Amino acid sequence: MASIWRYILAGLGLAALLVGIVAAVYLTLPQSAPGPDLSRSKKTANGLFLASFEPERGAVRQGELQSWLLTLKTAAGAPVEGAAITVSGGMPQHDHGLPTSPQATDYLGEGRYRIDGVKFTMSGWWQLHFGISAAAGSDSVVFNVVL
Amino acid sequence: MRHIVGIAGLLALAALALVGGCGEPQFSDAEKKIIASLALNTLPSLKPDTTNRYADVPAAAALGSTLFFDVGMSRDGTLSCSTCHKIDRQFQDDLPQAVGVGHTNRRTMPLAGVARNPWFFWDGRRDSLWAQALTPLENPLEQAGNRAAFAHYIKKRFGERYERIFGPLPDLSTVPANAGPLGTDVEKAAWNAMPSGQQEDVNRVFANIGKAIAAFERSIEPEQTRFDRFAIDLATGAKPEGDAAFSPEEIVGLKLFIGKANCVTCHNGSRFTDNSFHNTGVPPIDGLPPDRGRVDGVAQVEADPFNCFGKFRDGDESACRELRFMVKDGPQIVRAYKTPSLRGAASRPPYMHAGQFATLDEVVAHYSKAPIAVEGVSEVHPLDLSDRERAALVAFLKTLSD
Ligand code: HEC
Ligand code: HEC
Repeated sequence: MASIWRYILAGLGLAALLVGIVAAVYLTLPQSAPGPDLSRSKKTANGLFLASFEPERGAVRQGELQSWLLTLKTAAGAPVEGAAITVSGGMPQHDHGLPTSPQATDYLGEGRYRIDGVKFTMSGWWQLHFGISAAAGSDSVVFNVVL
Repeated sequence: MRHIVGIAGLLALAALALVGGCGEPQFSDAEKKIIASLALNTLPSLKPDTTNRYADVPAAAALGSTLFFDVGMSRDGTLSCSTCHKIDRQFQDDLPQAVGVGHTNRRTMPLAGVARNPWFFWDGRRDSLWAQALTPLENPLEQAGNRAAFAHYIKKRFGERYERIFGPLPDLSTVPANAGPLGTDVEKAAWNAMPSGQQEDVNRVFANIGKAIAAFERSIEPEQTRFDRFAIDLATGAKPEGDAAFSPEEIVGLKLFIGKANCVTCHNGSRFTDNSFHNTGVPPIDGLPPDRGRVDGVAQVEADPFNCFGKFRDGDESACRELRFMVKDGPQIVRAYKTPSLRGAASRPPYMHAGQFATLDEVVAHYSKAPIAVEGVSEVHPLDLSDRERAALVAFLKTLSD
């Protein structure tokens, strides 16, 4: 008799262990997938500017031509005026470029530049590279967008 | 000791079954989201086309429909749009390459949902539905006409209908019977001899022909399929019944399509197209003229006098953002072709821009092998699918046709 109880107890213990392992695997899975840095505001590569990048009108919609705003401040926080901006990018995991050629089309004041013609045709990880030349010098920044 | 191992094994199996959901939730939440995004009920309503102010005028669509089926709209009076875009065949002709007055080098494209495209033709060499319609009319291998002859024909056959929609026709009394910038040498010479005001008058009538045909084509929309019924039931949590229920093979195919086989990266949204251009390594056909796809399409749409920047556009230039922001160079547009919709594809072989593949099995085998492109760089990579997986993908594609 006693030995049967021992088996059952051991079985229960093992079951608890299994549940624990399964739970641990479940909990750690999402964290273990490495994702790109999704921040919409960051320092440019050489720290010359603080750049932020967001859709001009709220949400990002797949397959639509949208305009975004790139806002540039100097390290001291002053808006960057008269910057020349180049845009390139693509999908690093599919080694292809952007489906459109976005351009900086308008200066909206206070360091804000309209980047028009942005289109994300598929879900996944996209990158937009900006080359920025202004009075303070030239620098670049990369933003990741995941759809 | 053996008992402990046995019991632990059983418990482990039970735990696995729990995690695996006993096969109950067939799709993860992420998969369900993608499936819902492919269903026809997420197709947004058709946007107005501000470049064509007759786009939603019923009389224009009615005239356009007449012209679409009228063999008078060709050089020899033998061909219409509907010769190749057959109404009972999804507006295509089942041929590997279309045949008009001559043999073309491209496959006729089906027209369901065509008004939603930002670009037209396999290489996107036109940027509006109305500018597209003008191209086959003058293509020497298709309807092979010339714009002066079309203007005369419209005046003679449809003058009153035309004027009720577009206003008075210009005076054509001194316009040569045959003249156009793309025709035979004689027609070109006749065109070049016309005063520019007269050329513009003829161009205006020609553009309006395109606008009427485009108004008609806006009514050609995709139809609901078994896949859509399945997807709607899945989204609402109802159990798919009758033909909306998928076989295990179709489910495997759907999962591959949106998962491991990556088809959905390009064939996405409720029309199964990203409206963009990709080199997928489809081989050229021996004996046809060289075909470089989008890279040539870009040059042609920029040169087209009927493009969105041209003077025949209605509305303002804000409608021209696709043209303004198009990719003009780079290796990615060499031998790149427009992603076709997959709705109805199973029932209209052959496949690809020049009918390269006769069956869906061949199409899927191509993606599985992913050969290197003859020019440019293919974006697809070998999938090495098993026989079973290839058959499952084909089974799924068929649900987009029933
Ligand atoms: C000789 C056969 C033929 C005739 C006649 C013809 N087409 Fe086409 N159509 C084709 C072929 C082939 C293509 C693809 C051509 C290419 O990519 O170069 C095509 C493409 C199209 C497209 C582009 C669809 C898309 O998704 O991009 C539209 C729209 C279209 N045709 C409408 C028309 C209209 C309107 C007419 C009459 C004015 C017409 N066609 C006459 C064979 C024909
Ligand atoms: C990189 C983008 C891309 C991916 C990924 C992709 N396709 Fe395509 N597909 C295309 C393009 C572009 C064409 C037209 C190519 C041509 O004509 O040269 C096409 C054509 C087709 C056609 C022929 C349709 C017709 O009317 O001719 C079928 C069927 C098809 N794809 C199915 C699939 C399946 C199944 C998968 C996944 C195994 C897949 N595609 C993955 C871009 C893609």
